Order: sequence, then C-alpha cells, then structure tokens
Amino acid sequence: MELRLDAVSHRYGDVEVLSDINLTIPEGRIVCIVGPSGCGKSTLLRFLGGLEVPDSGAVLQQGPLPPGCLNPLTYVFQDFALLPWRSVTGNIQLVLEDRDLSRSETRAIIDDVLARTRLTDFRDALPKQLSGGMKQRVAIARALAVTPAVMLMDEPLSALDSQTRELLMDDLITLWERAPFTAVYVTHNLAEAVRLGHQIVVLSRRPGAIREIVEIDTPLADRLMGDPALEAHQARLWQIMRDEAAAADAELADV
Amino acid sequence: MSEQATRSVDHSQSPRPVPYRGGGFRPVHIRGVGIATFVILIAVIEWGTRAGWISNLTLPRPSDVLGTFGDLWQTGLLWAHLLPSLSRLIIGAAMGVSAGIAVGVLIGLFSVIRAGLVPLVAALFPIPKIALLPLFVIWFGIDEGSKYALIALGTFTPTVVSTYGAVDNVDRTLIRMGQSFSLSWWSIVRKIVLPGALPGILSGLRVSIAIGIILLVAAEMLGAQYGIGAYILEAGSLYDLERLFAGVVILSALGVLTSAGIAWIERRLLNWRV
Repeated sequence: MELRLDAVSHRYGDVEVLSDINLTIPEGRIVCIVGPSGCGKSTLLRFLGGLEVPDSGAVLQQGPLPPGCLNPLTYVFQDFALLPWRSVTGNIQLVLEDRDLSRSETRAIIDDVLARTRLTDFRDALPKQLSGGMKQRVAIARALAVTPAVMLMDEPLSALDSQTRELLMDDLITLWERAPFTAVYVTHNLAEAVRLGHQIVVLSRRPGAIREIVEIDTPLADRLMGDPALEAHQARLWQIMRDEAAAADAELADV
Repeated sequence: MSEQATRSVDHSQSPRPVPYRGGGFRPVHIRGVGIATFVILIAVIEWGTRAGWISNLTLPRPSDVLGTFGDLWQTGLLWAHLLPSLSRLIIGAAMGVSAGIAVGVLIGLFSVIRAGLVPLVAALFPIPKIALLPLFVIWFGIDEGSKYALIALGTFTPTVVSTYGAVDNVDRTLIRMGQSFSLSWWSIVRKIVLPGALPGILSGLRVSIAIGIILLVAAEMLGAQYGIGAYILEAGSLYDLERLFAGVVILSALGVLTSAGIAWIERRLLNWRV
C-alpha cells in the first residue's frame, strides 16, 4: 500500500505548522523525515495514521493491503507505550484481542513475532524487568503482529542509548531485509536517517515545508558504520538543516 | 599557625579519599521498629501508672485495659459489639465505595458528566455527614438503614474524588496507543484506563475506609444498642477509662487491619509497578 499527502497544511492557533506538503510514501521503502525541533514532523506522522486531521489537504491511501493485515497504519512510539501491567506476550496479545482470531491463530502470530524479534525467552517478563532496547523490541513485535501496511515510527530510538540504538538499527535492517515493509520514520538523528532511509525528507521549520528530498541508493544491508558515502550524505543534510536547527534552539518556548 | 600550614601542604600532595556526601533522603524498609514503638509506649504508660507519676484519672493502666478486653472476650460481649459494627462498616462502605468508583470513572470518561457532577461532589464533600444523621433517620429509619446511608455517603465523596483523579492520571500515550491499534472504546476503558487508574483508586480507598470507621462510631454513638461506638459512649459517660480504651484499641486495630488489607491487595494486583 502507498500513502500520499496531498497539499497538506495545518495551523495550531496562529502558528502555521505545516504548509503545502506533497509527499508519496512508496510501498516497500523506508522514508525518513528529518527536521529541526518544532518543524511539525510528529504532527505529520499523526496525520498519516489518522490520529489527527489536517486543516486542509488530504491524506490518501492507495493500493491493496498486504495479506493478513489487521491494522494498516501502525505506530511505533518513542516511549514504547507498553502496558506495564501486562507481560511481553500480554502486550502483543492486546492488539489481537479485538479481532476475530482463534486462540491458536493468536498464539501462532505471537510466537512468530517473538521469534522474529528474538524475544521468545522473555515472553513472560513484565516491562519493568526489561531494558529500554528490549521494550522497544517488544513494541516493534507488537507492531509486526498486526501485519501493518505502513509502519509509522515516531523517533523510535530516541529514548535509547547510542549502543542500543546501533543494535536496534541492525535489527530493523534485518527485519526489512527478510520482509521489506513500508515505513515512515521520523527522527532528528541524521545518522539514523542515512542508515535506514531509502528516501530522506528534510523539513524546514515554521511553517514546516519540504526543503529537499534525498535519495540514498545503497542497499540497507550494505550501509556500514563509517561508510564515507553515508557520512557525506549526513554532512550534506546537516548543512541543509544547520541554520534552522540553531534558530529552533534559540527560540523561547511559548507552550 | 605553622602546623596548619604544613598540614594543608600535606593535603595537597598525598592522595586522600574523596569524602562521602551522598546517601539519606530515601525511605528504607526497617522491620520491627513499628512494633517496638507500640511496645515502648505501652511499657512507659504501664510503668508510669504503676509508679504513680501518671494518675489513674489521666490514663488507664494498659494491663487493666487488657483485662477488660479479656472480660469482653469471655462474656461474648466483644462479638456482640464487634459484629454489628463490622456489618455496618462493610455494607455501608461497600455501597459508598462501589458507587464512588462508578461515578468517579464516569466523571473521568465523560466531560458532560464531569461538568455536571464535579461541583456537586465539591459541595457534598465538606458537609460533616454526621450533621445529616437526623435527616437520614427520617429517610431511612432509625435502624440500620440510616447508619448504612451515613457511612455510604461518607465514603462516597472521597472515593469519587480519588477515582476521577486516578482516571485523569492514566498515561495518555497508552490511550493513544490503544486508538492507533484500533481497539474499541470499551476495550480501551477496560484494558487500559481501569488498570491504569487502579493504583490511585486503591490509595483513595485507604482514606475512604478510615473516614468510614470514624462515621461508623459517630452513628453508633447517636443511636445504637450494640456496636463499638455505643460501647465507647457508654464507657465514656461512666468515666470507665479501661473500657473506653478497650473500645479505642479495637477501632485502631480495625484501622490497621483495613490498611494492611489494602496493602495486601496492592501487592497482589500492582506487582507491575516499578
């Protein structure tokens, strides 16, 4: 399935947060959205998943759903959003409970996603027993359980330390290599963007508009840490964003 | 002077441990201190009343209170007073608490109900419920009905307030997560909102039930033949300090027991808390 933003604009009160965004998320690719804080990237993601409605413009989905898809647009949140009173299995089961699935189907799905995220040994653990990286792997397993058409990832690695982040990026790449999924990946971390993105969309701030779309052709599996081509991309992205990031940093919060 | 100077020179040259400045400001569980406090307090009173520096009119001798307690037990009067009190407390508090949780959850979930009921609850909360007892006697009869109503109303208002506060405090990102996975409204309430509000509801229960015990005694003082309140009132009007204190000890024990009961439920149901 393909997602399309068609002339999307939005304002919160007097502040125009997004202006005339036209963007297509092609099937089977990871699109990273980067931009300085306050450029409306999280708002954009909420529009894409139907958690919020833009003032003007349209959010369109096109094409067939993948077979077995239970929840076409599925989020992975920055702070994991796991129910602390449910075990790993219980958290995954939660999103399968409202569907017409037999007990054996549910169990098969849970076993499958736990195996894919290498969490099988931790199935009965409570979130409080898990490290941050493990929690996010549970959240990714939960998202995979509903076979989404598009994964909407809102800074999924920002709450983790840099070593865990590297490990999870490798995990995401492995998952994508095995079964390419469509994803929109919002981040402020340019290293993540150049590692994971087939396409990197740079937003300007206030109002958020598309500054530039960078395509990276290197296959995900070949993107290694310290690859000079990737570093060049990252440096260029930083050049584009630098001034606006500085302006965003110097701004007084008016919330 | 010169000695001090050499010492400071010493300090700057030889390695010395960095002084420890952390620690403290963190409650730790210490066993037995709570019981020791009771034991020491009672022992001091016992000693004082025996030695004579606490007069018999000021405080009863703890061993005499224990004796009175033994009499109560042997004559069967303990149960004659305790059972009606317990049934009043349990029935009244069960009504008040369950209605309070229901209304509190509704206030937490529906803005219209919140707008309508929060001012009403705020108006009801500060009324001393004992002042309404004569009214309740007319409405619900002089017997058990008015006592149930008093305890129910007394436990209702604090339960409502703590429940809707607890519902308000449920992590919104969890609710957003539920919506993003297209869970039904009812599923979100049942599986996310209610379990998330449980810690707040349970800690509110501690307060509600303590208020229930206070109102129980007040109601029984105003019109009951049997019950801890009636027993205390009778002892008080005869200035029988031993019996008065025996009654008070029973009430304290009741408070400690309910608090321990809720702590037990918390340990069972809230083991997921960090």
